[in-house]
Amino acid sequence: MQEKYDYIVIGAGVVGCIIARTLSRYEGRVLLIDKESDVCMGTTAANTAIVHAGYDPKPNTLKARMNVAGNAMWDTLAGELNFPFERRGDFVVAVGEDELPALETLMGYAKKNGVPGCVILPGPEVRRREKNITPDVSGALWASTGGITDPFAVTVAAAENAVMNGAVVKLNTEFQEFIMEGDRIIGIKTNQGDFMSRWVINSAGLFSDFVMHQAGVRPDFKIRPRKGEYFVFDRADVEIDNVLFPVPSDKGKGILVTTTVHGNTILGPNANIIDDKEDTSTTEEGMNEIWAGANKLVPSLTKKYVIATFAGLRPMGNGPCKTPGVDYNQDYIIEIPEEVKGFVNLGGIESPGLASSPAIAQEVIDLMKDAGEEFKVKKDYDPIRPERPRFREMSQKDRKLLVDMDPRYGRMVCRCENVTEGEIIAEIHAPVPATTYDAIKRRTWLGTGRCQGGFDTPRVVEILARELGVSPLEITKRGAGSEFLSRPTKKVEK
Amino acid sequence: MIKKQIYDVVVIGSGPGGLAAAAAAKKEGADDVLVIERDTELGGILLQCIHNGFGLEIFNEDLPGPSYAQRYIDECRELGVETMLDTIVLEVTPGRKLYASSTIHGFVEIQARAIVLAMGCRERTRAMIQIPGMRPAGVYTAGTAQRFTNIEGKMPGERIVILGSGDIGLIMARRLTFEGAKVERVLEILPYLSGLTRNYVQCLQDFDIPLQFEHTVKFIHGKDRVEAVEIAQVDKNWNYIDGSEETIPCDTLLLSVGLIPENELSRQAGVLLDPITGGPYVDESRETNVPGIFAAGNVVHVYDLADWVTLAGYDAGKSAAKYAMALKAKESAHIPVKAGNNVHHVVPHTINKQNLKDDEIELQFRVVRPIEDRVMIEVHDGENRIARKAARYARPGEMLTLVLKERHFADVEKANSLTVDVNPR
Repeated sequence: MQEKYDYIVIGAGVVGCIIARTLSRYEGRVLLIDKESDVCMGTTAANTAIVHAGYDPKPNTLKARMNVAGNAMWDTLAGELNFPFERRGDFVVAVGEDELPALETLMGYAKKNGVPGCVILPGPEVRRREKNITPDVSGALWASTGGITDPFAVTVAAAENAVMNGAVVKLNTEFQEFIMEGDRIIGIKTNQGDFMSRWVINSAGLFSDFVMHQAGVRPDFKIRPRKGEYFVFDRADVEIDNVLFPVPSDKGKGILVTTTVHGNTILGPNANIIDDKEDTSTTEEGMNEIWAGANKLVPSLTKKYVIATFAGLRPMGNGPCKTPGVDYNQDYIIEIPEEVKGFVNLGGIESPGLASSPAIAQEVIDLMKDAGEEFKVKKDYDPIRPERPRFREMSQKDRKLLVDMDPRYGRMVCRCENVTEGEIIAEIHAPVPATTYDAIKRRTWLGTGRCQGGFDTPRVVEILARELGVSPLEITKRGAGSEFLSRPTKKVEK
Repeated sequence: MIKKQIYDVVVIGSGPGGLAAAAAAKKEGADDVLVIERDTELGGILLQCIHNGFGLEIFNEDLPGPSYAQRYIDECRELGVETMLDTIVLEVTPGRKLYASSTIHGFVEIQARAIVLAMGCRERTRAMIQIPGMRPAGVYTAGTAQRFTNIEGKMPGERIVILGSGDIGLIMARRLTFEGAKVERVLEILPYLSGLTRNYVQCLQDFDIPLQFEHTVKFIHGKDRVEAVEIAQVDKNWNYIDGSEETIPCDTLLLSVGLIPENELSRQAGVLLDPITGGPYVDESRETNVPGIFAAGNVVHVYDLADWVTLAGYDAGKSAAKYAMALKAKESAHIPVKAGNNVHHVVPHTINKQNLKDDEIELQFRVVRPIEDRVMIEVHDGENRIARKAARYARPGEMLTLVLKERHFADVEKANSLTVDVNPR
């Protein structure tokens, strides 16, 4: 018996999860699949975590429209889904007189794109606002609507809220091909069996070209991964509270020095086009490049306080902008193609994809409405995803109340980030259960501190094994093949 | 569950430094000594150090870590040291208040007269030395692998490369070899050994495990689990030497690349840290810049032998006990003066017994509610009435006084506290 759905979303990054959550508002069965062991394993897992204001994309592109519309939706999204989001504003920093004209260009984009709250500040004012900035600063574009967030938290919260409203999430489920009836898509084949659906939405990120090619759409479209590497600092030692961009270059928005909602300063990314969609390795050259770029903005940084390095891949596409007269070939694709019916096609959703994601979800709904789909809001739709206790953010008084209520919150599993056993157990039994070490790390921020999991890993393996009712040997970092342990040690004869 | 809210000496951590500090504090005369340990048993990292080499300096015996720890656990028990296990200290204030939480004891607040910081150290990680490459499972610090092997009884991998010639790495090379794993190589970026020579001889040489100086890991391969590491020789400036690269297939990379004193709690308490050692600045009594907060062992600087940590712990515990008992003597010299029935507050807040021989002492206070009739002002220590005085009325707007004279002093000296009541007559 095949499972039947009304909407299948392929790919559980931030875009896919917010689309699934938006669809779950309406009557109809929603299925969200991902080939990985958790949501948020691709591009959403490794980026700068910035909700861009919208002054960067070329005017009159879909990217510009989605960015600006999306940015405005974040306060409501964060309020409903209870994830951290701070509208701190951001700076594009010009160093030396030569870079000043670039700020005027961005200011022009800001006006054309309809970005509110932008102003160009003189160098001394920038220095006053961020004391660590280079003395060579000549000015900065200040965008007050720029925000920072936790992409994991957003994505998990959206997926959870979708599940609360009836959506089904299937992980470790890899799309293979479409099931067609004439020119209409009626389902998909996966490594976990076939699933039927009236609509399929391609939000497969780095693999969106493969998915659309299987539908016979845009054979020339190609995703080229653009790798970005990052440094993370110990928040106890480096405190830069602002979001600092350099002036952009032809390689993108450049290497930032920025803060995160967790208080860590991060540096990056560089931008190197590669071929392998799985290659999230950091490189020596890349790390040197980031260091040089970041030092241009903040010369006082020292490598001594680096606690993590990582790399992520942006799904850079080659979709031409549809607006007449705009010469741009890296625009977003959000469309219902003419070649097949029942297919919403997304592609090239690279930065500012995080900022754009709520607008993209709305655009998907609007396109489907235009194609005749009727949406009726569920009577019992609940947009609120309740917050779970976060021990490290609580006052000592609230901690006492929590521990009195449930003593499992009294046991510390991650000493650097203050994550308790109670929080881990709650995530393992959440609407989208965390079943791997990385899934718990993404949800609780455990293991991200200065010891990088050295203390918590054996304890998390033990808790996962106990709660999932499996052997510790089966516990993985991020799915099959990434087991932590190989076998029991030798038995001692008594 | 917790027995007391005030302790003379609280020791944070029950490794060799903490256990020794607790025992020494008790022997030095501290009445109430508490050890707080985050794990479920006393002993700290000693419990996972099942190899020998402990106790040579102190006992002239060659003991495994757990046996060495047991001697001090037994000593602490005999001396009446109290313990809280499975409990994490969340915060230490400069005023020596501790917040801790636990599944057993709940969330607790403890006031200490003296504190010994004995949190030990943590291991440097891959990120700190910035090894490029993928981020698969199978990259562990040597200590984490040691916990998996010796406490959890599970193997962290089968084909192993170890980066760094620190002692834990050398010990783990032998330990995993015993368990049937293949240790392919130990690499050290320096031209000399980081750990003890005896560990090199007993753990590598005796098992034919190759050690390469001036070599490091250049890249980690493997998406899900480590598949190989690319290694390279380095020059004096730690630049890779072209052509020296070699790829070693393996499923595990262990890191033994240094230890850092663990001082997150110390910082919160206002303890100043030496940027060179990463540990607190201490004087010869092991006291930090914060009065009454002492530190000993790997939390101060990283030691090579646990025996030295024990000796440092003794010093700190002894000093902490002296500090606590001096403070307690000072506290007990002061008799608290409390506001009783219908009294808003009393000044002075305490009376120093040593000053009782001098002049008379005037207690000044205000009432909470007016009494427009005759009142009796009374100073007492529970059942024992010490002084009384009548007044025609009592109003909050008008301060009242009562003078303790020489004839009251014998009673005052015996009192635990004084309470002032203002009642209708």
